Parts: sequence; structure tokens; C-alpha cells
Amino acid sequence: MLKVVFFASLREELATRELELSLNGPLTVAELKQQLALTSPVWLRQLGQRQILQAVNQQLVGLDHALQQGDEVAFFPMVTGG
Amino acid sequence: MFNCQINVRVQAEDFAVESTYQQLLQQSPDCGALCFFVGKVRQFQPDDSGQSQQQTSALLLEHYPGMTEGVLQQLAEQAAKRWPLQHIHLIHRTGLLGPNEQIVLVAVSSPHRADSFAATEFLMDQLKSQAPFWKKQQNQQQSQWLESKDSDLAAARRWYKPEQLPLLLKQKATDARP
Repeated sequence: MLKVVFFASLREELATRELELSLNGPLTVAELKQQLALTSPVWLRQLGQRQILQAVNQQLVGLDHALQQGDEVAFFPMVTGG
Repeated sequence: MFNCQINVRVQAEDFAVESTYQQLLQQSPDCGALCFFVGKVRQFQPDDSGQSQQQTSALLLEHYPGMTEGVLQQLAEQAAKRWPLQHIHLIHRTGLLGPNEQIVLVAVSSPHRADSFAATEFLMDQLKSQAPFWKKQQNQQQSQWLESKDSDLAAARRWYKPEQLPLLLKQKATDARP
């Protein structure tokens, strides 16, 4: 299983806070993002055409990061704290 | 070199600078410098054109629980490696904050002032561009998520050699959203 979470404007635009997906075979973050983008035109626009960041198990990673069973994957916009 | 004491808190409640100040004052007998920075909500925000000012009725701060604390801890550890610091306190608030409310506290103690000044500025620069917080600005008419700024990213990048740049600082601030 994979847990996928979304934050801030991305969470609102997708109307999704959290998803659980089964992991069948090798998958990178980029491939997961491509799969999720097929959900609908909104998802394609948000995941495929915006600059978003991704973390795995709360560590920022590149798109080529390989996912493991039980990983928590997060997608979010550029940060604006402070 | 000190064994730097790091204290990181992410909380909805307001914080009292005075209590952190008294703590640092008492616990840093070998330090000649205590440096404090507070970031707060501005009453007015310039609009997108930069021309007029809009009254902010509130700022909503969302974060990624767990990762936020982890990133702040890592940033404090980086600061403790770069400068001889005795204490670092980082407090960042989340949730709904009204005009003029406090958002963030960075408090640092060191033997000499140059190190405290530098570490405080480093921590604020990194925190703004690396910690997973997002601000949504609300006024009477509307609410909107704030965009990250290239100037903030540039401020964070200047502390690193190009080959040591953290992954997050390699991004562009500009969102390609159509």
C-alpha cells in the first residue's frame, strides 16, 4: 500500500486530502504522478502543469525516487511560511 | 565549540518572547549575544499589482505535521554546525492568525554578536523557503493562497555553494499554472 497526501492549494483544487493506493511492482514518484494525472482534466492540470514538490516519508525527494510498500508520498505547492 | 541546545515548536497558540528571553538569558552565561527575530502578520498587504493595499482580515497557516518539525530541526542543526551557538529556539504558529499577530520566533545565543545575527538570518531565510508551511490570505471579499517569491528563494540560496544547494532551492518560485 501507498498513502498519498496533498496540501494547501493542491489539496483544495483536487478536493482530496489523502488517498490509499496499492503498489504493484516498481514505481517511481514520476510514474505515480503520471498515473494520478489520468484521473481527470483537473488532476492533469494540477499534477502535470503546475510546479509542485514531492516528499516521501516526510523527506523531499526527486521525481526519480523509487517507492516502497508502506511509503507516505506527499505532493504540495512551493512553500510560503515564515 | 558549544553543544548547541535546540528547541523547535510548531503550535497554534501564541508565544511569549519574554519567557524565551528569560530562558536564554539564564541559560547562556558564556554568551555575549542574544538575537531575537519575530515575524508577524501585516495589517495591509500590497495587491498583485503592488499598487494598492488590501486589508488582511486573517492569515491561515497550513503545514505538514511531522515533516515541518523535522525540517526545522534539520535547519537548526545546520546553523549549529556553521556558527558557535549555545541555544536555538524556533517557534512557528499554524492555524488562523489575525492582523498584527505573531507568526514566527527565531531566538539564538552565541559568544559574539556576528554569529547570532548570521544564524538568525540564515534560519529565517531557510525556513521561508524550505519548511512545509503555506499561507492563505483572507480579506472581506476573498481568500487566496500566497505564491512563493523568487526574492525569498534567492535569499535562501545565497548561504550555499552551488554544488551544495538543497533540492528545494533548485526550484523556481514561479508557478507554471495556466
